[in-house]
Amino acid sequence: MTIRTTDLDQRRVPPIGGFNLTMLGIELKRMLRNRRTIIFTFVMPVLLFLIIGSNDTYSTDREGSGNVSAYILISMAVYGAVLASTSGGAMVATERALGWSRQLRLTPLSPVAYIVAKSIVALGFGALSVVAVNIAGALNGKADMPVHVWIAAALIAWFGSIVFGSFGLFMGYLLPSENVMQILGPVLAGLAAIGGLWFPISSGSTLGHISAATPIYGLAQLARWPLYGGAPHAVWVINLVGWLAVFVAGAAWRMSRDTARV
Amino acid sequence: MTQTSLSGTAGSAAGAVPAVQIAGVTKDFGSVHAVRGIDLTLDQGEIVAFLGPNGAGKTTTIDLVLGLSNPTTGSVQVLGLEPRQAIARGLVSAVMQTGGLLKDLTVRETVQYTASLFADSTPVDEVLARAGIEGLADRKVGKCSGGEQQRLRFAMALLSDPALLLLDEPTTGMDVEGRRAFWSAIRADAEKGRTVLFATHYLEEADQYADRIVLISHGRIVADGTGSQIKALAAGRTVRATLPDADPRRLSELAGVESVDVRGDAIYIHAKDTDEVARHLLTQTTAHDLEITARGLEDAFLSLTGDDHDITPTATEGVSA
Repeated sequence: MTIRTTDLDQRRVPPIGGFNLTMLGIELKRMLRNRRTIIFTFVMPVLLFLIIGSNDTYSTDREGSGNVSAYILISMAVYGAVLASTSGGAMVATERALGWSRQLRLTPLSPVAYIVAKSIVALGFGALSVVAVNIAGALNGKADMPVHVWIAAALIAWFGSIVFGSFGLFMGYLLPSENVMQILGPVLAGLAAIGGLWFPISSGSTLGHISAATPIYGLAQLARWPLYGGAPHAVWVINLVGWLAVFVAGAAWRMSRDTARV
Repeated sequence: MTQTSLSGTAGSAAGAVPAVQIAGVTKDFGSVHAVRGIDLTLDQGEIVAFLGPNGAGKTTTIDLVLGLSNPTTGSVQVLGLEPRQAIARGLVSAVMQTGGLLKDLTVRETVQYTASLFADSTPVDEVLARAGIEGLADRKVGKCSGGEQQRLRFAMALLSDPALLLLDEPTTGMDVEGRRAFWSAIRADAEKGRTVLFATHYLEEADQYADRIVLISHGRIVADGTGSQIKALAAGRTVRATLPDADPRRLSELAGVESVDVRGDAIYIHAKDTDEVARHLLTQTTAHDLEITARGLEDAFLSLTGDDHDITPTATEGVSA
């Protein structure tokens, strides 16, 4: 042993709440090693883009300042980012179910440092997913839009997906199982369909009204907005912010009731 | 129920700050009073067993010492610090009985992760070797056996070289040899000044490995002392005899008799000096079929933690034969 047990005065508290690059690296490695996560967040959005987004019967039709392939590319980037963020949020609940959260509370790691590390991992993963879809689009060559639209749409999809980090957290607390994503995967696919990521939903129809109230709708519309330009609709922003409030409130409510042995 | 104090026995290091100081602590969960008023001081270097039945308040008290929850009233100090401050300095660690591990990390990653959170920690390889799990370093935690996972938890707990180690039912699932090896390692550690508090409901384990036993029941400390002192608390033996028409009042007046129980033709007399009782029964009465049984730690435990402080011979092994 290099440390003497009795030298109490020499004991130090770690800086920045115990946050460090070793733990961050292991967290990233963990996520990259999870086959389910990789399939959901990288393989599926890329494959879906390649299948739907490069169909020659419509992909080169003009849409806004780009083409239909570009429109689908943005949709799939949103889908990938949403899946990545949801997985990141749901991970916390999994760790809680395993007793890892409790184990961490026996170390100097502060709860804030933990949340920051988790957010970095979720955002990093969302970024990887968005980048993967965009690279697939660039290599595939069918998608066409101005460079600033590529960048703006990718950034909106990435940042906006944060909403779904709190969704994952909330759902993880509601469904405390080790593999929350098994349930959330299909749920997100359904929400993506009704939110207008798989196929366009006409805004005037009954389906369109229902669609506008669902969580993915706002982010989908906002991410595609650079393709069309003009002012964003208030409904999109209200949808995104409203659902963020719902998810954060839900997660906070579940966390506050969770006073027992965590 | 009153606390039976046997303190003054522990070899307290003069002037040293206590490893744990619990003063007037209660803890309620809603209408449930898990801890009803505990005062306890542990000196550095002591190995203390926290002994009590399930639901006695052992785990709640350990959670308070770890700062995982706050007492409803009273105060808890660890090495003169608030529990969370002691944890931030790596002065306290704990080994949980189950859980607390991520299945998708390897053994080495788990130790590295934990080590990275402390300001100072023992090198990862050294800790793996000492816990005897260097051969499993690259195995996923989920693929390790229960015993291997327990060794991993132990390795993680020693990373920060804690001054106080809390163990919750530490040897559950270990075989006899594993248990002996575990405790000899713990004892060697304690000699270097590490304080160990372990919760158990294995009476033998408490008696064999702890310097001091704190008996807890219904959220209160009911006895505190060495194993032999605890046993002496409920000292004495029980005489069973067949004696029709026994006069319980007369028998209870004999010297040293604590209780007399008549069941049909059988009498059960608990006494400090059972020789006197036996002599009386055999010479002055028609009693026959005498049996004398000693009380083990088990009985001391039962009588001290029960709601009823009376010592009933039904709890004594062998008398009902």
